[in-house]
Amino acid sequence: MASLKELKGRINSVKSTQKITKAKQMVAAAKLRKAQAAAEAARPYASRLAEVMGSLAAKVAGQDNAPLLMRGTGSTQRHLLVVVNTDKGLCGGLNSNIVKEAKAQARALAAEGKDVTFYLVGKKGRAPIRRDYPKAIAENFDTSTVRTPGFDEASKIAHQLLDMFEAGKFDVAHLVAPKFKSALSQDPVTTQLIPVPAPTTQADTGAVVEYEPGEEEILEELLPRYVTTQIFGALLEREASEQGASMTAMDNATRNAGELINKLTIQYNRSRQAAITTELIEIIAGAEAL
Amino acid sequence: MSLHFELVTPARLVRSEEVHMVVVPGTDGEFGVLEGHAPFMSTVKDGAIKLYRTAGAAPEEIQVQGGFAEVTAKGLTVLAEHAEG
Repeated sequence: MASLKELKGRINSVKSTQKITKAKQMVAAAKLRKAQAAAEAARPYASRLAEVMGSLAAKVAGQDNAPLLMRGTGSTQRHLLVVVNTDKGLCGGLNSNIVKEAKAQARALAAEGKDVTFYLVGKKGRAPIRRDYPKAIAENFDTSTVRTPGFDEASKIAHQLLDMFEAGKFDVAHLVAPKFKSALSQDPVTTQLIPVPAPTTQADTGAVVEYEPGEEEILEELLPRYVTTQIFGALLEREASEQGASMTAMDNATRNAGELINKLTIQYNRSRQAAITTELIEIIAGAEAL
Repeated sequence: MSLHFELVTPARLVRSEEVHMVVVPGTDGEFGVLEGHAPFMSTVKDGAIKLYRTAGAAPEEIQVQGGFAEVTAKGLTVLAEHAEG
């Protein structure tokens, strides 16, 4: 049985832990709202760009002179997995879920006899992936230096990826990133990044559209932008997911701490009562002995 | 007699309004878009978009960097990476 002093110390320590988790939860809740608004604000651009892409791609698709980014290198041997993790912890199972998804993809590809390399965005994916694939990490991108990664960071990542692609370092790239559904669930999803998948359906408006300069030149410029937008979207989703997961995890932690405090308080009161009873018995016994 | 004009950046929807005419700095030269313009698509070079709210009014200038302009039956949409205003 722990002494009264020890119990009191533990109650206080759990109380301060609870204060921290509670504060983190409230910060996450506030940041989540912001992150969601940012994700919302980015949607028009992404959807318009996808529309434009769709109508152009439908025209150029199937032609031999389609841009390299769309056609691919003609081989599917070397795969690159772009894994988007968060920079900070305290967000429950989010990062381990992302890493799990990335490793599952890597295993599936390896089983097909493909080569897999990783491009890691965010700090938290590095250690667990390095443990299993110590030699397969091609590049790390650090997003922890800026407060909220924005379009500039996405653009840097995209350029680095495109340079790697042009240098022939990989044939196919997939993006593994969390998808924010709600504060309770953020599932990692894998989407193909390079070669840019041709849009599945595109209702042709029938209108004759004039292009300036040509269709191919526009597509040539549009594809890198499309890749950038996808990464930007992933960064925004990551931000929202991180805050959502953090909020849920910290809410649970706060509640657990509360339960623990209640339990410890009961134990503390019991021991105190026991001590008082023992003291009384001693006094009474002493008085009777006289 | 009005053109629906939208200016979108990755960060937000900058403009969405009815205007008289917009002059866009295309890579192959500036072009003005009025209502009923034929479907058209062009890349945009860094420069200023001139926004004429009414005929003859002084234009409002919005600096944009890198992007596309698309004219459809619905109006003009400019996708830019950066925009001021």
